Order: sequence, then C-alpha cells, then structure tokens
Amino acid sequence: MRTVDNVINGPVYADVPKPVFTPGPAGTHITIRGLTKYFAGWPLYENFDLDIPKQKIVSVFGPNGCGKSTLINMIAGLIPIDSGEILFDGKSLKDTKIGYVFQNYREAMFPWMRTIDNIAYPLKLEGRSKAEVDRRMQELVASFDVKFDLKRYPYELSGGQQQTASIMRALAPNPEVLFLDEPFSALDFEMTLFIREKLQEVFLQTGTTMLLVSHDLEEAVYLADQVLLLTKRPTKVAEILDYGDARPRTLETLSSASFVSMKKLSLEIFQREVRR
Amino acid sequence: MSTPASSGASPWSPPATAAAASAPPRESHWVKALPFIGPGVLFIIWDLAVRLGFIKAILLPMPADTIGTLLSGLAGGPLLTDFAVTVWRTLQAFLIAAIVGVPLGVLLGSNEKAYRSVEFLIDFFRSTPSSALIPLFLMIFGVSDVNKVAIAAFGALLIVVFNSAYGVMNARKQRVMAAKVMGASRWQIFRDVLVWESLQPTFVGLRSAVSMALVIVIVAEMFIGSDSGLGHRIINSQQVMNVKDMYASILAAGALGYALNILFLLAERRIVHWSGR
Repeated sequence: MRTVDNVINGPVYADVPKPVFTPGPAGTHITIRGLTKYFAGWPLYENFDLDIPKQKIVSVFGPNGCGKSTLINMIAGLIPIDSGEILFDGKSLKDTKIGYVFQNYREAMFPWMRTIDNIAYPLKLEGRSKAEVDRRMQELVASFDVKFDLKRYPYELSGGQQQTASIMRALAPNPEVLFLDEPFSALDFEMTLFIREKLQEVFLQTGTTMLLVSHDLEEAVYLADQVLLLTKRPTKVAEILDYGDARPRTLETLSSASFVSMKKLSLEIFQREVRR
Repeated sequence: MSTPASSGASPWSPPATAAAASAPPRESHWVKALPFIGPGVLFIIWDLAVRLGFIKAILLPMPADTIGTLLSGLAGGPLLTDFAVTVWRTLQAFLIAAIVGVPLGVLLGSNEKAYRSVEFLIDFFRSTPSSALIPLFLMIFGVSDVNKVAIAAFGALLIVVFNSAYGVMNARKQRVMAAKVMGASRWQIFRDVLVWESLQPTFVGLRSAVSMALVIVIVAEMFIGSDSGLGHRIINSQQVMNVKDMYASILAAGALGYALNILFLLAERRIVHWSGR
C-alpha cells in the first residue's frame, strides 16, 4: 500500500523524453547514440551518432585535434564519456571482449615479463588453464609466423617485433573488436608494410571487427572497408565512404584505379573539412 | 674485433663506448686505467704535502701509514669490531625503513588522496635534518643502542616512503590503460602493473635510504654516548690525537658507504633489468 501511495504522491519531474534508441542497420556491430564529450568546457563531441559495421575494418580519418583517438578510446572505455550510449551488439562494454593496440608499444608492453608472458597475460586474466593458454599461444605463433624469440624481454626486440607482439597480445583472447590507435606511426616503412599485411591476414582469417586510427591516408584506405571521415571540432561525421576492393589487397591495389579514386575522394573531403 | 674491447672499456659513459668501438684496442687499455688516476694523484699530493712538511704529521699521517693502519685494523683489530657494529646498526635501521616504508609508500601512492593528506608531513620531516631530531629521540629512547637505530630508521623511512609512493603515482599511464583494456580489475592492475612500475624508483629510494642511515648512525655514534662504532672511534681517536687511527676510521666509513652504494646499484640492475631500456 505504502509503495503505491509513494508512487501516487511522488515528486513530479518535468518529463524530459528520453531520446528514442534507434538501432543501426542490419550488420551493425557498435552503435553510438548521443555521445557527448566536453574538454575544458568546449564540446568535442555533441550528440554524436555512429554505426560501426560488424566484421569490417573501419579507418578513422580527420583533421588534427578532431579527436580520432579520443573517439576510439571512448568506445574502448579508456576515456569516460559525459553522456550517451555505446553498445556492442546490444551489449555494454563490460560484457564485450576487446583488444587494443597502442601507438607507443614501448609503454604498452610490460617490460618485467617475457614477451611470451606479455602475450599470454590477457588469457591469464581470464583465468584460463595452462593447457588452454599454451594451445592458444601455439595457434597465435603459427598464424603470425613468428620468427623471433618470444622468450626474450620486450625491450630486447626491435620496434616492429614489439608491435607484432602487442598485436598478438590484443588478439590472444579472440576479441570481438580490435582497436588500433596509429599502430604504424612509430615504425619504419619496412615494418609498417609487414604488419599491415599481417593485420590483413588476421582479418581474413578471423573477420574481427577493427577500428583503425591513422594519420596516413594511404594506409587508412588500403586496409579499410569503410573510411570514416570526421569534421573539425565539435566533431561530426563528414562522410562515410565504402571501399570495396577485393582482399587480399596487394601492392598492385595501391595503383588500381578504384584505390586511387577512393584516396582522392577522401583527400578532397578531408581538405574541405580542414578549410571549413 | 673491436666489440669486446668496447664492451668492457667504459661503463660510465655510453658515448665513450661508441667512440671506443671504433678506436684501436690499445687505447681502451688506457681508458680502463682512467678511474685510478684521481685516487693516485690524491695519494701523491697527500704524500708530498706531509713529506715536504706543508702539513704537520701530527695532524695528517703519511698516506701509506694510514692505509696500513686501515688494513691491519680491518684484518682483525679493534677497528673491525667498530666497523661491524656500524654495519649492523645501519642494516637494522635500513631493514626497518625498507620493510615498513616500501609497502606503506606503495599503498599511499596507489591512493592519491591518502598521499595528499600526509604529503606535508612527509615533505616536512624529509627536509628536516634528522640529526636535528637527535635530542627528541634521546628523550624517547634514552641513551641506548635502540636510539641510534631508531633515528636512522626514521630518516631512511621517509625517503623510502616518498620514492615508492611517487613510483606508483608516476606509473606509465599507458601500461595501466593497457591492463585495464584487457579487463584487469583494480587489484590486478595494482599487483601486475603498479607494484612493478614502482620498483625502479623504490630502488632509488632504498639506495638513498641506506646512505642516509649510515650518515645518521655515524653521527649518533659520535654524539649519543656510545662505546662502539666507527663514529665513536673517529671522535675518540681525534680527542687523543691518534690521527692515524682517526683517518683509518674515516676511510673505513667512506669505504662502507661506497660499497653499500655499489651493492645497491648492482642489485637494482639485476632486479629492475628493464630500467632505462
């Protein structure tokens, strides 16, 4: 009785209608609705909506300071959001397995662990048995065709080897989404080519949804199924371009007409946004 | 051919290593002798100053005699007993500081609000010369062996707490984020990242702490009624003008401090093998 009373005589709030949640089109993996983030009193994102498709690679590209990395960090839960909703197949981040590859591999690996233990660390966090961990590690080593000694400490490896190891670590628990924050920026060209091919291979094998932030347009387009172009802040979606060239893409792809025109179109939109 | 020469040549400066790598091996022998030049020159100047009568031998004994006294004293004389007593007191003080200070510092560091609330106290007493607190400790512990260890432990403790706490607070944010994104809980982040990240600064703290403990133990042995220890021996031999013994004791104290520092550097390089890489 009392509860009913309480409800009847309960305080009256002006009814602010909750924004209606509209799910994305079929095949959407990550749904972002009403995302708002302020930095030092200025809006970086305001009421930002986005659908990220499943089993696709999406490259995020945009002007300096538009918050490319901030966007994927908010989706990955590394930066808190002011308001809004981010769902993975309708689930919250808490119930979603993700992997994250940092630009600065040196400060992402744990130098007190051997490389192999670094890669196995997320598996151990999940509480998997030693046999399971060993089996998964063998799988990873085989699929990455690792040629260096994983018993070494990360700081004993070259930059490219360390970044390879940190991609292996991110993929070890078979994540639903892989986030890559400028993974090639700290690498030399040779290593960039190598890791780019590895990522494409992994994607062809597993179909893991990937979100890639890049400041190199060629790289962004080369790997992408979808190029997400952002505006200057407050950041909006400038354009979403679908790039459908067949995989595996090769060095020939880089000079194909469809690649060149996609790159040109992206660049035009980018410049339009920078000048705006 | 030039690689083995360069690796052993000059541990004190990486640029010199690079230079030595391209230099002929003969020069690297020369480079190896460099650290001995300073002590050698000091020895010669000291010897000449006494020999030529610039300083009276009653104030400064011949270096060879002093080193003779040091060696024979450490080979089983009474100097060895005092040396051992000082080592033991320093170690006790250091162990107390380390066993209490490291966990306390790591805990305070992982809870920044807790650290901020005691930061002033730590900084204030860290800046207070511990020797100024000797009278206070005399009132609490009296003229005892416990007193000397207690005050040295106190001075060392603050250094350890400060360094360990800052080690945790300054942990690479990205490593913490990496653990977080892999789904580590707060406790797992603490155990697998923060504690490890704090190891290097903790070692810096431990190394400074053992030096501080030695300084305070020596001072306390000099001025808090003591009948043993290097500090007691230095002041005693000064008062009876036994300068040879005094200088030998001073050198022994110096050697002890130097050895402790090297010992901790080696341990740090061993345990925090990733430091600086």
